[in-house]
Amino acid sequence: MSAASSDAAREDRFPLVLGLDTFGDVTYDEDGRPLSHAQTIRDVVEEGVLADQVGVDYFGIGEHHTDDIPMSAADVVLGAIAARTTRIRVGSAVTVLSSDDPVRVFQRYSTLNAVSGGRAEVILGRGSSIDSFPLFGYDLADYEDLFEDKTGLFAELLKGGPVTWQGKTRPALHDQDVVPHTESGPFPAWIGVGGSPQSVVRAAHYGFSLMLAIIGGSPARFAPFSQLFQQALERFGRAPLPVGVHSPGHVAATDEKAREEFWPHYLEVIRRVSKTRGFAAPTKESFTYETGPQGALYVGSPETVAKKIAANLTSLGANRFDLKYGMGGLSHEVLMTNIELYGTQVIPRVRELLT
Amino acid sequence: MTRLAVLGAGHVGPVIARVAIDAGFPVSIAASGDPEEITLITQFLAPGAEPRWAAEAVEDADVVVLAIPLHKFATFDPALVAGKVVVDTMNYWPPIDGVQEMFEDPLYGSSEIVAHRLSRSTIVKTFNHIGYHELDDERRPAGSPERRALGVAGDDPAAVTTVADVIERIGYDAVPLEGLGAGRLLEPGGPVFGVSLSRPEFEHAVARSPLREKA
Ligand SMILES: NC(=O)c1ccc[n+]([C@@H]2O[C@H](COP(=O)([O-])OP(=O)(O)OC[C@H]3O[C@@H](n4cnc5c(N)ncnc54)[C@H](OP(=O)(O)O)[C@@H]3O)[C@@H](O)[C@H]2O)c1
Repeated sequence: MSAASSDAAREDRFPLVLGLDTFGDVTYDEDGRPLSHAQTIRDVVEEGVLADQVGVDYFGIGEHHTDDIPMSAADVVLGAIAARTTRIRVGSAVTVLSSDDPVRVFQRYSTLNAVSGGRAEVILGRGSSIDSFPLFGYDLADYEDLFEDKTGLFAELLKGGPVTWQGKTRPALHDQDVVPHTESGPFPAWIGVGGSPQSVVRAAHYGFSLMLAIIGGSPARFAPFSQLFQQALERFGRAPLPVGVHSPGHVAATDEKAREEFWPHYLEVIRRVSKTRGFAAPTKESFTYETGPQGALYVGSPETVAKKIAANLTSLGANRFDLKYGMGGLSHEVLMTNIELYGTQVIPRVRELLT
Repeated sequence: MTRLAVLGAGHVGPVIARVAIDAGFPVSIAASGDPEEITLITQFLAPGAEPRWAAEAVEDADVVVLAIPLHKFATFDPALVAGKVVVDTMNYWPPIDGVQEMFEDPLYGSSEIVAHRLSRSTIVKTFNHIGYHELDDERRPAGSPERRALGVAGDDPAAVTTVADVIERIGYDAVPLEGLGAGRLLEPGGPVFGVSLSRPEFEHAVARSPLREKA
């Protein structure tokens, strides 16, 4: 099968999923003062509940361990959201599997799956911000080995039934029953990939779905990743699996308002990140490029954002889009408006554009 | 035509292979193991490149591009690339990659330390200061006012010329720096790391950097 025809087949096979992800950056009050970690966490719960009410398909929380992003126990927050909702799917975005115990990750998300009545998912990642490595005593030199080893174990755990496994990064398991059991087979599990083709092949090898994290530059350059994934699945004798896209953005009533709200905080946050990573801070020009049709940011009115989502899902042969909303410094109120517009206007418009 | 061997099939390796193929260079690509494991990756991300065992790829290459994680460098076999021009794309940045004793010497840039260990190879530093996600998109034809500059640092003028020619043909203005020591100007935290600059902007940024004195 050619790459193009496998793309077309995939679009028919998998339903369109439109979700929201957050890292849970500390929210700010109206006067621009940071709120407490506790208040931020309660705000994220409210945001998840609103997402459910306005028709968002998925709500994901990305694990972080820093003062400005205190979401170290995303699954607990997701449990709270699950208890107050009935429809929306809940999961991670991502879980840093490399510095966690796959058995514990399985247990927590299987528990979330029970609490939510089968609405849990997990997106596994190597972790691109590496604050969890020193915290849990892992060595960054083992970055690749940790992820490879633990992904293999997680795939075994997901199958259900007693697990026998031996690896390098954790004590072996022999015929071990791991609870809680899921009610109806494995819950959906994805691997988040930022640009490593080897991670794409690994996802296919273990039968995980593929979540492309596109946070800078042209989304179109990921099209070969999506094709590589389907070919690799075929090579490993597996049926096609969904492909999703995770990208940052911000929705407001107009393009101008969205850019004005988002830019100063984006600048501030990326400036901080770039300092720790040694690269240059963004400029107004780079921001304009990233928010334009060629870039990776979805910042604008519902119409602008919907069009960009629809265009990129088509060019990437993907059936899922998760908008990573929020940015340190934005207020909870602004985020709630973003969520409401995404649910009530962006989502229906994307569905309309893609049918 | 200069023959390239790219070592590394991760984020960076296949992109360099692809743009080099586009520019007309014959390219082999290798990871640490069996080429079979990277055939699909090569087929989709660098069509036209030949997946091979590392030793075979290096053997008939004029230029070897080292695109492996720096923390794997300590176990990389220097004999593999003896006698070759080696392009060092690797970066040392402890806040992200963790501390590595070998690279903690404040007197030397990371490529000088690489050169010290690969003592039978000729090291040229470049490609390290452009994001792998930009390498494709930011190529421009020679003479384009938007064409981005990339620094090329090395102690061997002939090797620098060879590598600069590769850079130019791929679609960037090559700016030779005065020796491998000046490669520190290209490192993370330096004036040109991760910034898209034209040749004049690049030369200006480098010239007024305080790092220049140290280098
Ligand atoms: N991020 C950027 O934008 C950027 C830009 C320029 C340069 N760099 C630098 O580029 C380098 C590579 O980074 P990356 O993100 O591409 O790494 P990566 O995704 O982890 O991939 C590393 C590749 O190196 C291979 N490898 C490891 N040891 C090897 C050996 N001894 N011989 C041959 N191949 C070997 C691995 O193959 P196996 O899986 O088979 O071991 C893998 O294909 C780093 O040093 C980084 O600093 C990064």
